[in-house]
Amino acid sequence: MDVAIVRTGVANTASVVACLQRLGAKCRITEDPREIEQAAAAVLPGVGSFRAASERLDELGLREPLRDRILAGRPTLCVCLGMQLLADASEEASGAPGLGILPVTVRRFPDRVKRPQLGWNLVRPAAGDWPEPGHAYFANSYRVDDVEAMQRGGWEVAIADHAGPFVAAIRKGRVLACQFHPELSGAWGESLVGAWLGTAATEPDKATGRKEARC
Amino acid sequence: MLTTRIIPCLDVDAGRVVKGVKFQNLRDAGDPAELGARYEAEGADEIVILDVSATSDGRETAVNTVERVRAAIRIPLTVGGGVRTIDDARRLLEAGADRVSVNSAAVAEPALVARMAERFGVQCVVVAIDAARSTGRDAGRWEVVVKGGRERTGIDAIVWAAQAATLGAGEILLTSFDRDGTGDGYDTDLIAAVSTASKIPVIASGGASGPEHMALAVGAGTDAVLAASIFHDGVYAVGRVKRELKGLGLEVRL
Repeated sequence: MDVAIVRTGVANTASVVACLQRLGAKCRITEDPREIEQAAAAVLPGVGSFRAASERLDELGLREPLRDRILAGRPTLCVCLGMQLLADASEEASGAPGLGILPVTVRRFPDRVKRPQLGWNLVRPAAGDWPEPGHAYFANSYRVDDVEAMQRGGWEVAIADHAGPFVAAIRKGRVLACQFHPELSGAWGESLVGAWLGTAATEPDKATGRKEARC
Repeated sequence: MLTTRIIPCLDVDAGRVVKGVKFQNLRDAGDPAELGARYEAEGADEIVILDVSATSDGRETAVNTVERVRAAIRIPLTVGGGVRTIDDARRLLEAGADRVSVNSAAVAEPALVARMAERFGVQCVVVAIDAARSTGRDAGRWEVVVKGGRERTGIDAIVWAAQAATLGAGEILLTSFDRDGTGDGYDTDLIAAVSTASKIPVIASGGASGPEHMALAVGAGTDAVLAASIFHDGVYAVGRVKRELKGLGLEVRL
């Protein structure tokens, strides 16, 4: 399985690459819109600021290819800031647009809890049986807290608590977005990424039209 | 709610883990990638690597060490020791560190903390503070020490912690110079003062000889506890520490 990792320029990608390689995937880090549009699987990593990442998406012309592949349900994994970029906007950067896939504004954790949220928090299903409950590693000062808006949009939702419940991860078919870092969340996180890669392996390759073998 | 993090620390010199008391009498304690993987398997929540190399050759090796440890573990990796510039930090992040810790260079030039936060995000920036209890007229306060404790700065450690948080530190790695290597327990007064003044997460370091000390540190307000010798010497496996902490009523990831 070839995985295209989006070079947003503000993200540290070494841990994501190490995780995918352990799972047998081949990674290429790219900022080429065509490659990102056509890749069998793509990862939108994210460490850094919402504004810098939003500007970077415009500079590189990545907004449409990312939006298209996510709305089409093609295999895409968004991590941390990568998940926040799916929203309309963020309190972190007024006026900077997200990808507009989630109809919400990302909000800052209130002052009564330590910011950033840094460490391991218990992730569990908001409803249903996804995901298997487990501890995940978070490093964030902002989060999506409108669980119902996600559910109305047809997403499966995982939640955790820090100043009340917030959206820890969402999944719809082959699109997975995590506020936490699955690549840093031990065996539990690795299995989540492994399951996502598994769904990606059944995706018809857009460039060649043939199905890729499971890796 | 967040669990208390248990963080083994690897002091690395020229590609090998070393141990000593108050940065003196360093002895070999193993391969960093092997130790990192073992600690992850035992339940470590994060690994900290501190490069204690005295030479530039040693510093070059540190990048290679970070790459090897990153490939071997699936938990966060914080790296510090000798970070002086944005470029130093970038090299470590590209090699696979998730967070970079700065110490002396930030004391000398606090604006470095702000630049790192702007470039990499606050969650990537750890400010390490080595603090020593003041004596005489200044008893009840703590002073920042640098260069492995050989140099006292006259800077109030609590004031510096608050300033570092304002500048953009995402966490304070707080070492009690008086307690480091003694096994007498963490300096809980220092932890409480820094945690209250900085309002950001704190990793407590220096003085642990067992889970009871860690529980006291958490009671004082720390979010994570770091230890080296009790793990390297095999006195405690990480998993046993976490089970005992759970027995003491703390939230831990098991």
